[in-house]
Amino acid sequence: MSAQEQRRRTRLAWVLALVALLGGAAGLVAGSEGWSLAAFRTMLADGSAELILWQIRAPRTLGAWLTGALFGLAGAIAQGLFRNPLADPYLLGSAAGASLGVVLVLAAGALTGIGLELATADWLSRFGLVAAAFCGALAGVGLTLSLARGAQHTTRLLLAGVVVGVVLGALNDLLTTLAPDALRGKQAFLLGTTGFLGWSSCAVLGAVLLLVLPPGWRLSRVLDALTLGEDSAASLGLPLPALRLVLVVLMALATGTAVSQAGMVAFVGLVAPHLVRRFVHATHGYRLVASAAMGGALLLLADVLARTLIAPQELPVGVLTAVLGGFYLLWLLHRREIAG
Amino acid sequence: MVKRCWRRVLAPVLAMCALATCAARAEVLVRDDRDVAIRLATPPQRVVTLMPSLTETVCALGFCERLVGTDRYSNWPARVTALPKLGGMHDTQVERLVALRPDVVLAARSTRAVERLEALGLRVVVLEPRSQDEAKRTVATIATLLGQPEQATVLWARIDAQVQAAAARVPVSLRGQKVYFEVDSAPYAAGSTSFLGELLTQLGLGNIVPPALGPFPKLNPEFIVQAQPDLVMAVERNLRDMPRRPGWAALKALQTRRTCAFESRRYEMLVRPGPRLGEAASLVADCLQALP
Repeated sequence: MSAQEQRRRTRLAWVLALVALLGGAAGLVAGSEGWSLAAFRTMLADGSAELILWQIRAPRTLGAWLTGALFGLAGAIAQGLFRNPLADPYLLGSAAGASLGVVLVLAAGALTGIGLELATADWLSRFGLVAAAFCGALAGVGLTLSLARGAQHTTRLLLAGVVVGVVLGALNDLLTTLAPDALRGKQAFLLGTTGFLGWSSCAVLGAVLLLVLPPGWRLSRVLDALTLGEDSAASLGLPLPALRLVLVVLMALATGTAVSQAGMVAFVGLVAPHLVRRFVHATHGYRLVASAAMGGALLLLADVLARTLIAPQELPVGVLTAVLGGFYLLWLLHRREIAG
Repeated sequence: MVKRCWRRVLAPVLAMCALATCAARAEVLVRDDRDVAIRLATPPQRVVTLMPSLTETVCALGFCERLVGTDRYSNWPARVTALPKLGGMHDTQVERLVALRPDVVLAARSTRAVERLEALGLRVVVLEPRSQDEAKRTVATIATLLGQPEQATVLWARIDAQVQAAAARVPVSLRGQKVYFEVDSAPYAAGSTSFLGELLTQLGLGNIVPPALGPFPKLNPEFIVQAQPDLVMAVERNLRDMPRRPGWAALKALQTRRTCAFESRRYEMLVRPGPRLGEAASLVADCLQALP
């Protein structure tokens, strides 16, 4: 590695750490009334700081970073795994699965009339949206894996993911037709919001990040090998199918957790690894960690913007990331066209 | 002597009893639609509502001044538009809501927002009426919660009287006529088991949607064409589009203009299961009287 590349990596690491710190501070100061230092000072003085700062803003800010980090990490794994810069964490059916899980729970009450046992419905609605989304995401990926008969063939895996997405999406629509009440809940869930993140969410998000990042980092050499092509990777003596399966599971865990806590936040998983690649040409070990930090920084900034742009009203952060991410990709395409 | 002694002992005891009953009166206990018991030491003075019909109920019961914030859709009575708007049921602005320090939050079912608010130590009463019985129960729950349960009877008696007066105005020739009431162009209809369907029944009208289909079923457009409703009711915009839908020009009700098109601000009265149901009945009666 050249000294220049080394410097770039160090610089990116510092910048990401700085953005996280500054974004975190901004997240604590920016409230429902926008940027108002006067309001911040009165809040510190009148004793509501514990509630507003510690119980609401702090977990929301940290939670936004953690959610973004999980999406960034999952995105980097997906793009390495499929050797496709347009792969995103939702690709293998986790989005459709999570959404279906949520709709199932929301519709459970209404469905009791149409054949589900009452006990089941009651159990389902107690199960909670968060757990349902998480299990749905894992089930979606599980279904994709079983359809593709494991993770041996990338193309088959990708196709199975698309099929599962379509089929689960259709089931989803069927359920919302039978139980229209579930529709608005689903829409709200698809929107993606950091507004409901509390300390318990942060604990879950943090635990999963700690759980997924080390093995992801260890397996990054598999992703490095895959950049040479499947055959070359296999010729290196790596047990590719098994390792790829582990990577898919890690990705599903990260995505499922993030979606279950904050909903479908668009584009962070897609854009974060892109941005990292723009700045450094690192191997996947560095890339995974940097993508996580980049995803965290992106969602953190988006969250602060969502809170303050039209304060005292608030934008759903998912809408903001979709708009910003969409324009970034368009700009990227435009540049490539000019360059090409 | 004995008498005076009695007085000396009895008076404080009686006073304490009076105080105790007073305290017992002040404590409120309600059960919400989740069957969760909510107990408050005193009737709440600072109230946040997250659904228009709940806002309207609080105001109609005479407690409008206790509201400190509402959801973004609440717009009646006019004074609530000046209150802080706290988003919708699914993107509730938690921080802003908490900063208002409400004693209680009245909300519809939405697990995420309700869970988060309760985790932050707020008292949340979940109320989401779909039928008139439930709407009546909601009014009673809110009146009890706010410390004046008797107000519920007064309010509901007023609504009942308004509905009966409206029913009396419905021309006899229209009694029993089958209605298609569209609540969404998908098309979703108001079935006879919804509060709207019940209102139509009270006005002496029939419904093309059988009770078995539930309160707000999504229908096949063909079903409506085949059912040939005698009357079609919808918000203005939807009604204008109806003749352009495939096959709908064949609806006799549309051809003969036996329709009620509601202007959207007035239409809100009809689709909110709140205290303006009586006015809504009168709105429908107005339309029916004006029919050719």
